[in-house]
Amino acid sequence: MTVALASLSLIWANLSRSRLRFALTAFAIFIAFFLFGILQSFERGLNAGADLAAADRLIISNRINFTQPLPIAYVNRIAAIEGVRQVSHQSWMGSYYQEPRNFIFGFAIDPQSYLQIYADDIALPPEQAAAFIQNRRGALVGEDVAKQYGWQIGDLIPISSNIWQRADGSNVWDLVIEGIYRAGRANIAANTLYLHYDYLNEARTTARDFTGTISFTTLDPAQNDAIAQAIDSRFQNSAYATETRTEEAFNRSFVEQLGNIGLIVLSVSGAAMFTILIITGNTMALSIRERTGEIGVMKVLGFDARMVFALILAESLALALIGGLLGVAAAQMMARFISTVPGFPFPLGFTSGIWLSSFGLMLALGLITGLLPAFAAYRLKPTAAFARA
Amino acid sequence: MTAKPLINLHAVSKSYEKAGHVITIFDQLDLSIARGDFVAIMGPSGSGKTTLLNLLGGVDRPDRGAITIDETRIDQLGESALSRWRGAHIGFIFQFYNLMPMLNAARNVELPLLLTHLKGRARRDHVMTALKIVGLEDRAKHSPREMSGGQQQRVAIARAIVSDPAFLLCDEPTGDLDRETADEILSMLQMLNRDFGKTIIMVTHDPEAARYARRILHLDKGRFIEAEAMVAS
Repeated sequence: MTVALASLSLIWANLSRSRLRFALTAFAIFIAFFLFGILQSFERGLNAGADLAAADRLIISNRINFTQPLPIAYVNRIAAIEGVRQVSHQSWMGSYYQEPRNFIFGFAIDPQSYLQIYADDIALPPEQAAAFIQNRRGALVGEDVAKQYGWQIGDLIPISSNIWQRADGSNVWDLVIEGIYRAGRANIAANTLYLHYDYLNEARTTARDFTGTISFTTLDPAQNDAIAQAIDSRFQNSAYATETRTEEAFNRSFVEQLGNIGLIVLSVSGAAMFTILIITGNTMALSIRERTGEIGVMKVLGFDARMVFALILAESLALALIGGLLGVAAAQMMARFISTVPGFPFPLGFTSGIWLSSFGLMLALGLITGLLPAFAAYRLKPTAAFARA
Repeated sequence: MTAKPLINLHAVSKSYEKAGHVITIFDQLDLSIARGDFVAIMGPSGSGKTTLLNLLGGVDRPDRGAITIDETRIDQLGESALSRWRGAHIGFIFQFYNLMPMLNAARNVELPLLLTHLKGRARRDHVMTALKIVGLEDRAKHSPREMSGGQQQRVAIARAIVSDPAFLLCDEPTGDLDRETADEILSMLQMLNRDFGKTIIMVTHDPEAARYARRILHLDKGRFIEAEAMVAS
């Protein structure tokens, strides 16, 4: 133990002997793990919507694409299907506050049914829920977006839409904040604005009596597939054929619209890791080659081959861990920061799994880049070291 | 010298293969060195001086023969045991000092003690004692590049004696120094031999340096051709 502790200072002295090289290599590792951490958290954040989806909620969208509308009349027809418990719907608002860059996630909904179906996700005092339901021009906003713009209950806010236009040519809907909700579950952002569908529908000039997607719950989740099939069969020959999926499947398909995120993350992370492997491996090899004479001296002084091997491997591991841990820590801080940025659509999911996989990669990086130089030092004979030095 | 020899080489042979040719360095070499002796080994380049030093230090192994040091057959020790033995019994002093450039004087001297189970405070005490013996206690925090060649060699001597080894092996210890500094270093070695009882074997080209030894052995083509007894000054 004493020997190991004493050797720590030797490892550090060797690592930091060329401060610029150490700083540059550690920084390169830092960047690679920072990228890895951010990309991983981005992927997990994107997939969190699917992972956190309620098991008993299903979503109906237009079979062509979820951006295509469905007739509002479908809501009542679906409610009448056997096994369906509650039905609601939502229409994308394309909303912003004052300027288009102040983008806000906004949906026009049927307040009563929507708050029932999404009661787990939207935590709201009952009196605020009642006020929102009663006021046709009422708005319900997430605490993140309320905090961003300093909104309070009772505030009158002009919300613009980049999709819908009013008959008078304006695209502004004046809303009164009746409720500020919190996220009902962890890892769900409270960053959405809700308004009454009726208020939007009566004033807009296009797509009147259409909605975006329809959500519903069932009496028995075991019957979900059968009910989904029944719904899609019922509308398959209509002008607006449906596609019914679980909320998880719907959310995943939404993410997939962006491309194969997993593959992108893997490719970028893999490229970064491979590059850093080459850089660190080269640095370690160069560093050990420069120290051939010193390694010979250490062996002459009594450091045996296994100890020299361990010291060099520990040096390589320490380099990977210093750069890597700082990189992942910075990525976590950045993920936290990004999650609080107003308008960012979802919280980045920086889980303990990212730390674990990063730590595993750091160990692998340290071992792979350190093994060859350590083995070369292990085999080096002091006499040969002096001859080469 | 009638005492039992500290170092005994018996019928030691050593050869190298170079470019397909076998070069014999020693063939059946015998040598005895008594405890407390100070021996200078001289000889032309290629005579086998450094190879002999490497064999005595357990850095290299003989092809045949026996090397017994303080009753230990070091030619029969395994690699790890030989390393431990070196750390505990020999102090090495090199021509070019071979200090670790990233460590200050104290930490260079401390290096052999990292192999012991001494705690930090005890290590520091040993280091300061060694630096005091070589007159560099006030340069403990200085790095090698802040020191002259003579000072660096004194740090190397402190490193060689810090673990209180039985004998010191010196490979051209003054080969990189001016005459005045070389005399200082040689006087220091003489002091270590005389006052601390260290057995010293020194390889040198320099007849002036060899005069500081009690005995001079001349090596040529792997054989001692004459021995010269000196009166220790």
